[in-house]
Amino acid sequence: MNFVRLAFLAFCFLTVQVSANAAGGGAHPDGPEGGFEFEGPFGKFEMHSVQRGYQVYKEVCASCHSMKLLSYRNLGEVGGPFYDPDYPNANDNPLIKAFAAEDIIVDTVPDEYGDYPLRPARPSDAFRSPYPNDSAAAAANNGAIPPDLSVITKARAGGADYIYDLIRGYPSNDAISYVGDETLIDPTKVSGSGIYLESQVSSRPSDVGDLIQPIGQYYNPYMPGDTVANYTGDPRHPPKGGFLAMAPQLTDGRVEYLDGTAATVDQMAYDVAQFLAWASDPKVTNRKSLGLSVMLYLLGLSIIVWFSYRKIWRNIKH
Amino acid sequence: MSGHESTYQPTNGFTKWLDSRLPIVRLLYDTVITFPTPKNLNYWYVFGAVLSICLGIQIVTGIVLAMHYEPSVDGAFASVERIMRDVPYGWLLRYVHANGASFFFLAVYIHMFRGLYYGSYKGSRDMLWILGCLIFFLMIATAFLGYMLPWGQMSFHGANVITGLIGALPLIGEPIQTWLMGGPSLGNATLQRFFSLHYLLPFMIAGVVVLHVWALHVPGNNNPTGVEVQNAEVETVPFHPYYTVKDGFAVLVFLLVFFAFVFYTPNVLGHADNFIEANPLVTPAHIVPEWYLLPFYAILRAITFDIGPMSAKLLGVLAMFGSLAVLFVLPWLDTSKVKSMRYRPTARQFFFGFVFTCLMLGWCGATNPDTPIVPFGKDKLVVSYIDEAGESKQETFKEFAPADILISRLPESANASIAVEAAPAFRFVHLAQLLTAYYFAYFLIILPFLGFREKTDPEPDSIEKAVEAEHKARSKVSAGDQAEASA
Repeated sequence: MNFVRLAFLAFCFLTVQVSANAAGGGAHPDGPEGGFEFEGPFGKFEMHSVQRGYQVYKEVCASCHSMKLLSYRNLGEVGGPFYDPDYPNANDNPLIKAFAAEDIIVDTVPDEYGDYPLRPARPSDAFRSPYPNDSAAAAANNGAIPPDLSVITKARAGGADYIYDLIRGYPSNDAISYVGDETLIDPTKVSGSGIYLESQVSSRPSDVGDLIQPIGQYYNPYMPGDTVANYTGDPRHPPKGGFLAMAPQLTDGRVEYLDGTAATVDQMAYDVAQFLAWASDPKVTNRKSLGLSVMLYLLGLSIIVWFSYRKIWRNIKH
Repeated sequence: MSGHESTYQPTNGFTKWLDSRLPIVRLLYDTVITFPTPKNLNYWYVFGAVLSICLGIQIVTGIVLAMHYEPSVDGAFASVERIMRDVPYGWLLRYVHANGASFFFLAVYIHMFRGLYYGSYKGSRDMLWILGCLIFFLMIATAFLGYMLPWGQMSFHGANVITGLIGALPLIGEPIQTWLMGGPSLGNATLQRFFSLHYLLPFMIAGVVVLHVWALHVPGNNNPTGVEVQNAEVETVPFHPYYTVKDGFAVLVFLLVFFAFVFYTPNVLGHADNFIEANPLVTPAHIVPEWYLLPFYAILRAITFDIGPMSAKLLGVLAMFGSLAVLFVLPWLDTSKVKSMRYRPTARQFFFGFVFTCLMLGWCGATNPDTPIVPFGKDKLVVSYIDEAGESKQETFKEFAPADILISRLPESANASIAVEAAPAFRFVHLAQLLTAYYFAYFLIILPFLGFREKTDPEPDSIEKAVEAEHKARSKVSAGDQAEASA
């Protein structure tokens, strides 16, 4: 089959060429070393990590980000981080009730005077949103609306790996310098920027420049975007990534974990990424375990039908 | 619907009573039990059965999903997520439905390539082929309408692109566009009518499928040799149990692959942007359709030049619809008397080229058309500034260092800026143009001319002879293997 061979060669050539020319966008997220527990066909959420992740969300993220599609009861349902077999109905779970009651929300039904009173949330309520509407969110955040986090790991290429890398991928202090009223980022000191790391080459190449960070924006190599307009080096090879309105949030000890785990930046990033992965697709464990039975059933049935086929056709030359 | 002598015998009082009034049991019996089917059909022929299962799965899951879905711009996105979270097994229904669309198209593409290879559109099977094309066209429409319903970013902006295309048609375009959208722009009215039509079209597909099966059963199945059945006694077997068991096995294997996607990577065939709620004010960086429509999207974007009074946009739309329309007239474009490409060595090469072209068009559709494949030379740098006389000047550099020095020497008032001048390159858009040309040439030039010029291999005298010859060849090979093993 000459044509097939030729086509295959052409395809290989193209693939090599195109990957050599590919540029732009954010750095490819690698995620934590060793991956997350929920990955793979038999993976399950590490519930202690999801619980800690909820704490990080609650104490850090929730001050700007909503999670409109989740209710407090979801935390206590089967497959949720605070599920308790004593309370099959999560609305009865005292822990979930306590979590909900920490938040004061605007009631969804009017009182006898027609006003919408404030009251503590109940497990059946949706997570409290930090802002009443998008305009308020934009006004409080320099024009940028913090995205809702309900399905965030499904809504970003790379999923939980992307979240993990993004929130711990900001430039460290030694990469940042201030000249006049400008904030400069040295991309050689930011891992993931795609520009030579300082330790790897003895002298800085002359075509490498700095990133001029716009006011109210923060450089991150994992953020999909374009850095050319803000780069003083060769515009043909700009650093990967982009600018976003969220300042770096995590510092060591930002939260105090109830279970005593040391709250390093990596640990918090890991936990909150796992929590957001659970929130985006809470039925993952259920799905994979049902999947296994379905696959085994279909496999067994196909083997039986295969032998039936052999038997029925045994006397027919075909 | 059977095209052969009925052998159905009603056995009891009720079936006798029914048979003399509404012979529906007889119809089914003749269609799926006794229907004489060539015994030499290979596994490429199982996709008819696979497709009917796909349609069934889509209709059943779709009806239940529609019970929970809310067709409104404020509620659609949240209601889809609510189905996945709060409806018992809603996640399963939704993932089966979404991945089911992909696998429906996978199966229909294999089914169509099978028809192309074995010449199943020739002779009195032309009607069968046209009905199949009609089903394919309805499937595309249904899939497009359905993709709008989750009201994600890709749903909205994809629908915006496609309705905009229809608006590019002269005279009739804009009224159709307004009618489709239910107003001057995409909004609640659009979503509601898309939902209504998405519910309607699958039943139209089911109707055409009945006609498709009917039109199949008049001439009977084609087969890999392309030679018609001459002696039904020896060359055919009744559909049941021979093909029910073979198709049944194939359906199970197909479902194994399908459910591996549903349960383990349910979102891998979709686009992450569609999990962001639609926002008319924010356009995604790359608007792409689902994978199964990428080849047609590539053809649409391949036309970047005007011809006379026709704009590139209009030509792109015509090319895209033309690539579907040409399928309908294929029975009259292929002039060869030999059906199966088994006996058309030259045509076979062009056919594999066509399959490869379709796959590559898919890749072009997924990639930014401006991405270079083979660049000729390096990108250059252009420094623009205003000199002392107040005139704007440009200087081109190969290296960054001298350009940087020039900028640093210029005064602030020169307002210097640096830009990249992309080197000429062979880009994805050029590849897509070549592939589009081959796509149309295959149907409009190669197949019509090849029929007159090509030297074909001799066809077997009958299906029975072909089967015997194949068995002889196979037993020779296995005898050779045994001789080798014993030596």
